[in-house]
Amino acid sequence: MNKIKYITCIVLLLLMALPVSVFASDSGKLNTSQIVVGHIKDSYEWHVTDIGKHHVIINLPVIVKSSTGWHVFSSSLFSEEADAKGYRHGPYNLAIATMGDHTGKIIELQGGKEVVPFDISITKTVAVLFIDAIILLLCILIPARWYRHHKASDPAPGGFTGFVEMLVSYVEENIVKPGVGEGYEKYSPYLMTCFFFILTCNLMGVVPFPPGGGNVTGNIAVTFFLALCTFVITQFSGTKHYWKDIFWPDVPKALKVFPLIPLIEFVGIFTKPFALMIRLFANMMAGHAIALSLTCIIFVVAAIGGATFYGMTALSVLMSIFMMCLELLVCFIQAMVFTMLSSIFIGLARVKSED
Amino acid sequence: MDLLMPSTGLLFWMTIVFLVVLAVLWKWGFPAITKMVKERKDYIDDSLRKAHEANEKLAHIQQEGESILQEAREKQASILKEATATREAIVAKAQTQAKDEGARLLSDAKAEIENEKRQAIGEIRSQVAELSVKIAEKILREKLSADDKQMDLIDKLLDEVSKDEVKSDIH
Repeated sequence: MNKIKYITCIVLLLLMALPVSVFASDSGKLNTSQIVVGHIKDSYEWHVTDIGKHHVIINLPVIVKSSTGWHVFSSSLFSEEADAKGYRHGPYNLAIATMGDHTGKIIELQGGKEVVPFDISITKTVAVLFIDAIILLLCILIPARWYRHHKASDPAPGGFTGFVEMLVSYVEENIVKPGVGEGYEKYSPYLMTCFFFILTCNLMGVVPFPPGGGNVTGNIAVTFFLALCTFVITQFSGTKHYWKDIFWPDVPKALKVFPLIPLIEFVGIFTKPFALMIRLFANMMAGHAIALSLTCIIFVVAAIGGATFYGMTALSVLMSIFMMCLELLVCFIQAMVFTMLSSIFIGLARVKSED
Repeated sequence: MDLLMPSTGLLFWMTIVFLVVLAVLWKWGFPAITKMVKERKDYIDDSLRKAHEANEKLAHIQQEGESILQEAREKQASILKEATATREAIVAKAQTQAKDEGARLLSDAKAEIENEKRQAIGEIRSQVAELSVKIAEKILREKLSADDKQMDLIDKLLDEVSKDEVKSDIH
């Protein structure tokens, strides 16, 4: 146990010692929007930092099923520079498009045409997703092991285990239980997994260097899947009364025969999880964008030099610290909001008729 | 716009990762913690209830002890009272007995005294009679030789004496 702690600490310290990246492009001009969007969007390699002219990149495996079958290879096989058509060529006629409809995606070149292959590469976001999942499992399973080896009459745990227990009982008592209502035990593992998964991904997203720094919950695919899970669970736990309220609600007959209210209710089934998806995605993405933008101020004003540079740098650092604190709060709040709304949706679907 | 398009690869991995994490945590993660929290809560509630009961029992025992003490005190008082009554009765009885005994002794003594007195009187009388006889004898020896007149006197005296004798006998 202690060994793992020491190793983790040392690795984290070493990573911190990495020099701060300077996002200056070759021409000396700074492309802020490219930096920000580049970070927020997924990529096939994990760009850590630049040391001088040397890119520090973690190459990730590419897994693609093209017309010639399955291919697994390192992303380092793609050329670093794009050709005139904007393709970064790799093996098996595959290339990463840097412009056009499939910007940033792997495409297969068949003749002159771009064909999108079935692509399940371990991209940066996927890699961070794996890391976050492992961290989450460790954070829950290590305390859970303590519980398997202790009796209820033992003194309550302290330290990290106590902290996890506090969070778990907080989520269960204050979010899941009031939201879902009676019989919440069946849903609480899913909802708590949601909470801790989002919280871990959010917090790891704030850490600016590997293994953090990924934009997992600020990616629409992740929030889409989470919202889909909630949607499916909500519909499957829907009672007769819930469906009756949607298709034959207690409103004047005219509104039912010309199905205005049922239509609205039906659309509402989908808008609820859709809102969940967009809320989490937009909040986390915006957080990353703001944090990066504020940092970029330093490098934008670096060109001006003089007192402005120092003044703006100080301001930018202050703002970044403030945003970081705000981001930590947002990390927790978004995880809580997602879990709370999910449990409320499930709770609403499980209504029993009042009479 | 492509920010809003979920990519297949990420969706695929997200599905796998999330479902695996969910399954693992469902099996080995959260239930262990929540179960324990619930158990501990029950344990604490139970302990509190037990402590409360013990407190009540203690109070009850205290009360019982006090009532026993009170009872003992009452008993003691009643015993003491009884003892006092018995003592008084004994003393009173003894007194009356003593009084009776005294009276009896007194009456016995009186009777004895009376007896003694009577005996003494009887003795005195006989002695007096004897003395009188002796005196009379002496007188008679002196006088009888003298004359006959004196003989008459003796007769007269004897009569008188016998008369007195009769009188005292009547008394």
